[in-house]
Amino acid sequence: MSVTAHAHVDDHAHDDHGHHHKETFVTKYIFSQDHKMIAKQYFITGVLIMGFLGIAMSLLFRMQLAWPGESFAIFEAVLGKWAPEGVMDADIYLALVTIHGTLMVFFVLTQGLSGTFSNLLIPLQIGARDMASGFMNMLSFWMFFVSCVVMVASLFIEAGPAAAGWTIYPPLSALPMAQPGSGLGMTLWLVSMAIFIASSLLGSLNYVVTVINLRTKGMSMTRLPLTIWAFFVTAIIGIISFPVLLSAALLLIMDRSFGTSFFLSDIFIQGEVLHYQGGSPVLFEHLFWFLGHPEVYIVLLPALGITSEIMSTNARKPIFGYRAMIASILAIAFLSTIVWGHHMFISGMNPFLGSVFTFTTLLIAIPSAVKAFNYITTLWKGNLQLNPAMLFSIGLVSTFITGGLTGIILGDSTLDINVHDTYFVVAHFHLVMGISALYGMFAGVYHWFPKMFEGKMMNKNLGYVHFWVTAICAYGVFFPMHFVGMAGVPRRYYQNTAFPMFDELTDVQVLMTVFALIAGLAQLVFVYNFISSVFYGKVGPQNPWKSNTLEWTTGTKHIHGNWEGAIPEVHRWAYDYSKVDENGEYIIPGQDFVPQTVPLQKDEEELQH
Amino acid sequence: MTTVLILAVLVLVAIAIWQMTKIFELSQLKAETSQIANDSDNKTNGYLLFAFLIFIYGITIFSFWKYSKFLLPEAASGHGEDYDYLMLISFVIIFIVQTLTQALLHYFGYKYRGEEGKKALFYADNDRLEFIWTIIPVIVLAGLILWGLYTWTTIMDVNDEDDPIVVELYAQQFNWTARYAGEDNVLGDANVRMIDINKANILGLDESDSYAADDIVVKELHLPVGRKVNFKMRSQDVLHSAYMPHFRAQMNCVPGMITEFSFTPIYTTSEMRQNADVRDKVKRTNEIRAERAANGEENSDPWQFDYILLCNKICGKSHYNMQMKIIVETQEEYDSWLAEQGTFAETVLKQDSSETAMNMQ
Repeated sequence: MSVTAHAHVDDHAHDDHGHHHKETFVTKYIFSQDHKMIAKQYFITGVLIMGFLGIAMSLLFRMQLAWPGESFAIFEAVLGKWAPEGVMDADIYLALVTIHGTLMVFFVLTQGLSGTFSNLLIPLQIGARDMASGFMNMLSFWMFFVSCVVMVASLFIEAGPAAAGWTIYPPLSALPMAQPGSGLGMTLWLVSMAIFIASSLLGSLNYVVTVINLRTKGMSMTRLPLTIWAFFVTAIIGIISFPVLLSAALLLIMDRSFGTSFFLSDIFIQGEVLHYQGGSPVLFEHLFWFLGHPEVYIVLLPALGITSEIMSTNARKPIFGYRAMIASILAIAFLSTIVWGHHMFISGMNPFLGSVFTFTTLLIAIPSAVKAFNYITTLWKGNLQLNPAMLFSIGLVSTFITGGLTGIILGDSTLDINVHDTYFVVAHFHLVMGISALYGMFAGVYHWFPKMFEGKMMNKNLGYVHFWVTAICAYGVFFPMHFVGMAGVPRRYYQNTAFPMFDELTDVQVLMTVFALIAGLAQLVFVYNFISSVFYGKVGPQNPWKSNTLEWTTGTKHIHGNWEGAIPEVHRWAYDYSKVDENGEYIIPGQDFVPQTVPLQKDEEELQH
Repeated sequence: MTTVLILAVLVLVAIAIWQMTKIFELSQLKAETSQIANDSDNKTNGYLLFAFLIFIYGITIFSFWKYSKFLLPEAASGHGEDYDYLMLISFVIIFIVQTLTQALLHYFGYKYRGEEGKKALFYADNDRLEFIWTIIPVIVLAGLILWGLYTWTTIMDVNDEDDPIVVELYAQQFNWTARYAGEDNVLGDANVRMIDINKANILGLDESDSYAADDIVVKELHLPVGRKVNFKMRSQDVLHSAYMPHFRAQMNCVPGMITEFSFTPIYTTSEMRQNADVRDKVKRTNEIRAERAANGEENSDPWQFDYILLCNKICGKSHYNMQMKIIVETQEEYDSWLAEQGTFAETVLKQDSSETAMNMQ
């Protein structure tokens, strides 16, 4: 350990600021501008609270699907007037589906995931005292908080929350007479999302500026850990695509409240003709998916970045193909902005356009395949430390492959015709982006919990139970679901009893729901583990996973400014695990890792980057 | 009863989780407090990774064994065969890749589980390997793309060759209506602004358009076998999607525009009822239904196979029950059925003129 911690650089000493002034409870825990505190705020609001709501909703509608029309005391208790005598109402079913999708995609996996880990890790891993603008960061969180409050508030209004599906296609979402949820519920949804987008943009701009400007001495772009690359590129895609969703939301607000006709035309509903003329719902679909598809990668890339870092650390091997990984991230990011039309093959748009989008969509499989193979090769001949974080990372690669492969079916305009909007799609995207991103997030929590909570560690045995139960249940829910979709069952059906051809699928529905309920229970294990570790977790070593990255060079105790003295200087990439000299000895004798702060040794070559 | 069972299962699972935690704890050799994986954790979880690989294969085999009979029967449309073949090939490719990659991933996880003092291999890059696994997907995907695009262009080319019949599918919350173009095989103009509920002009046909007079509006879709059908889709309120899974056909219905899809049915309904897979499916379903009838539950009438048109785009409260029966029959049967249906002139316009006559009196 001799050389490890002494790579301080004197000329950084002058920005040794900020941790002497007095902090009150409010500035420390509420309106904090410290990235570590903001990360925790994001995690608790975005992941624990919104995640709990989102998953709980999915369990409710899974129960309805397995036992259609059955009365459950829990429905009556939770849904109240929406479940007369304990039988779920069809309108609230759609509302649950809609809000589940919204919460999980946007609140949990976009801001919850990026907000937590970009905030926690960007400054710590690039060697910065904090984000470029702590104030903007704080503002970003509090706007996120407000948007959460508005979204949750919409659950309690008279006519019920938005129920047009998370994609809120007009005219259904635009006309209150089309369904009750399209009244005030949809207004609140749009308001909440508008604030959310502002929050997301503030956050993303901050991440980009921080990564570009605040890297410590020696931290060139090609020495950045892959986590940072992933967060950086994710933020860029967010900046490019979220404004388009904002414009779609604004135009929809105009159509709804001010009588414009951007998305509406020729409508006859409830016995009267509406005045709208000349708009097109297809335009909305284009605008929505211009965000919506990059959004999938906004969700997924941070999880992949986290996995890269954790897998390399725990395999005690460098990540295989570091540059190829960066190239893949960039390729995925670029392609992700030109594939949105594959959600619209049968929307009525010109079939030629469908051909173009098929082409770009199947191209995106190439960088994805490269990533998957690189992960597998990273495991090869490693010395795998199977910590819970590592298991979740391996689990991510597994679901990423399983879910990604069916993308080849859905991305092909021809094959999409018959499985479009069926449960096949639901199975596909839950595995490839939902479960994978959740695994990435869990991996991150188990791995960086000591950095979030001053050295405390989470209980590994509860972590193992959490992983194995979740892993089995995730496949248990979503693997059979492909068959339900291939049998032709459309998604967003309140029940399948109106079609005798779906009768025999009831058993599959029950099986999936039982797995889902067990998976839900397993998440409570995680919540228990998290909360009890926050209060009673045992403090572990400063660098528990023997990792190379800079965050482990900071003290266990949190200080504003991160490093007690000067900011460390970086001399190598983040992946010198098990590196040996020509005699086959470790670079640092007796230690299989070489932190980034260690200067190159005599005769040592800086390899592979 | 079910509630009690579920509760029982959940309680048992909770106990199982608690017990598993205990097992993980007890399986650790020393009473150590470190939360970092040690050799025994690596060993346990390495073996579990291998077991998980078997689980993945197991659930795959189980699903195919138990559920592949649920899949849609043989395609009943001209292009459906190409569709099914492309689907099959894609699935074969997917399953090869899935089986291999999952095996490598989990086997490596098991094989290279950590041990104190073991040295990992510093292996950061290999251009040739990376080239190989870039180029293989490129070639495979290029093949799939070209094939897919060829099929797509063929399917989506809606033209007037082969004397197609023209049928409008009209969607509204929460039912379907079909309109046949009649003798002239041209649909009359229509717009929601011309809907006149009082006169039962529910599709908003232009009463002054001569092409509209012979149009036939019906609530059940009849198609002659072997004849190409050009569908024109409309919606009057929100987005719907006309999904005809047995024909491998789907197209959204969009208010304000007319969308199109075209296919040729190749099996009549009665031929399809004789299809072995369909017969098995009907038999299984009717067993379930008989059981329901015995228990006095709903949805217990015996079922006979029919082609069906479903709504497959969320459209509101009764989205789950927006359907129309499709009957494919011989040309003669179709002709005689069609002859029985009144044209727009006979139903709506006649009523119109009789009303005018009444007013004049």
